[in-house]
Amino acid sequence: MSRHAGGYSADPRIRAVEWLPWIVAVAAFFVLPEYLSLGARILIYILYALSLDLIVGYAGIVTLGHSAYFGLGAYVAGILSAKAGISDPMLQLAAAAVAGGLLGVVTGAIILRTRALTLLMLTLAITSVLLEIANKASSLTGGADGLSGVVVAPIFGMFKFDIFGKTAYLYCLVVLLAGWWLVRKLIYSPFGTSLTGVRENSLRMHAIGAPVYWRLVLVYTLSATIAGVAGGLITQTNQFVGLNVLSFESAGELLVMLILGGVGRIYGAFVGPVVYLIAQDMLAKQFPEYWYLGIGTMLVLVVMFARGGILGIFDGLLAKLRRQA
Amino acid sequence: MSAVLETRALCKSFGALTVADKIDFKLEPGARHALIGPNGAGKTTFVNMLTGVLPPSSGRIMLGGEDITALGQATRVKLGLGRTFQINALFRRLPVLDNVALAVAERRGVAPRMLRAASAHADVRAESMELLATLGLAEDASQRILDLPYGKQRLVEIAIALGLKPRVLLLDEPAAGVPSLESHRILQVLDKLPPEIAILIIEHDMDLVFRFAQRITVLVQGEVLVEGTPEEIGKDKRVHQVYLGEQRHG
Repeated sequence: MSRHAGGYSADPRIRAVEWLPWIVAVAAFFVLPEYLSLGARILIYILYALSLDLIVGYAGIVTLGHSAYFGLGAYVAGILSAKAGISDPMLQLAAAAVAGGLLGVVTGAIILRTRALTLLMLTLAITSVLLEIANKASSLTGGADGLSGVVVAPIFGMFKFDIFGKTAYLYCLVVLLAGWWLVRKLIYSPFGTSLTGVRENSLRMHAIGAPVYWRLVLVYTLSATIAGVAGGLITQTNQFVGLNVLSFESAGELLVMLILGGVGRIYGAFVGPVVYLIAQDMLAKQFPEYWYLGIGTMLVLVVMFARGGILGIFDGLLAKLRRQA
Repeated sequence: MSAVLETRALCKSFGALTVADKIDFKLEPGARHALIGPNGAGKTTFVNMLTGVLPPSSGRIMLGGEDITALGQATRVKLGLGRTFQINALFRRLPVLDNVALAVAERRGVAPRMLRAASAHADVRAESMELLATLGLAEDASQRILDLPYGKQRLVEIAIALGLKPRVLLLDEPAAGVPSLESHRILQVLDKLPPEIAILIIEHDMDLVFRFAQRITVLVQGEVLVEGTPEEIGKDKRVHQVYLGEQRHG
């Protein structure tokens, strides 16, 4: 599962190995029924990490504020249900997507005029402002207590969200499948290739007449939309929204997951959240006080010895095997 | 014949430092024109103003009779103004083919498309391959730039600009950094460029300049010292004094 780079000579057909994550996801549904709520959480974070990979890995926009769009999506879906009484999951998800996208286009249009550290600081500022708004507007958001009373009606009026999380898991899996298909399509398209061009050399992209700024605003908006959907899903599966969805920690944690899995290779966004959230779950049970130490050690090892993330390690091994063969 | 690219009293100063002083310049259609001058003469600043990287302090730039002074880089490219860079500005981790295809796709308006795969755009691929073949780079199409010898990287630099099918091509030191033994390869390519493209070349390699250019403009301290045919420039005493006498390297 090497890098997925797109481009004018890349074969866009889905390779056999790319079905592996889906087979694992379906198998997990049958084999590990007691872990389905953790499973759903992982699926949501994969979608969230995919949206981040699109801008970080392909367009080269580094951000520490992606939780703004995830969090907004989460709150919009939650408020729609708890305050406006709209309990249809599809409507909630669509509203979360639109909200994420709208915030993406407005904030993107402002911050993408800057670059590097300035851009990074601005992404942080946006999510901090949103967090403070959510904290203060407690009549709408529940403030620090969180927003409870989220009701999600059966999907298409047929599939009820059950207490074992079976419906939620499959629902998240289907939404993730759609998100993956979209992101993959984008990466292999001329648009995706031009984003890679911006990442590699934005000066030259300007010189060949590419409207670099608008391309970046567009991909940022698409990414924010997907993050909004992921946020909507987290609300629907938890039936609760806490302030932490908007926090800087959540955005940082997401970036850590992506780096752990591997940046700019689509499936790094799959591997990262799986490893991170399972490790978090296991370590938190074993060492409730020190589990961050384990996560930290893992990240240090990856950054020091595997710059391409966990998938990068496999790439290296495969290359070695081929040389020997 | 009216000039395809023209500047009128073009000025640029950074504070008290004047790097372009009332430059009047004309590039005729199909011209092979060289801009020379000692280091710090303002050659690169001039190119950056022509392409829209730097806004001029005053004066006007006309492309095909149209005032482009206020237009952005991308718009100028769409109007037919292409350039190469003195220091390679390539997509280093992408294959040679993609380096050229990115430019071809921009020109054809294909670049913003999202639904079909890039590789399914056979027209972009074919045109890019054809272009690479004319520059003798066909066999390197799938190589990444960073695996390519430096001389060939310089050719890719030109290939990207040609992918834009420019009316006017600005070549900023195309042979920079290429050993003189290999610079004939660059000249071969330059000689084969379509005759309808007006070319302005900035170059330190005097052999290359005098073999390639039909007209030469000498820039000294932001001012046009003299303009003429290679013979006229070669005989000009002032040029020898300020430029050729002072430094004959490259």
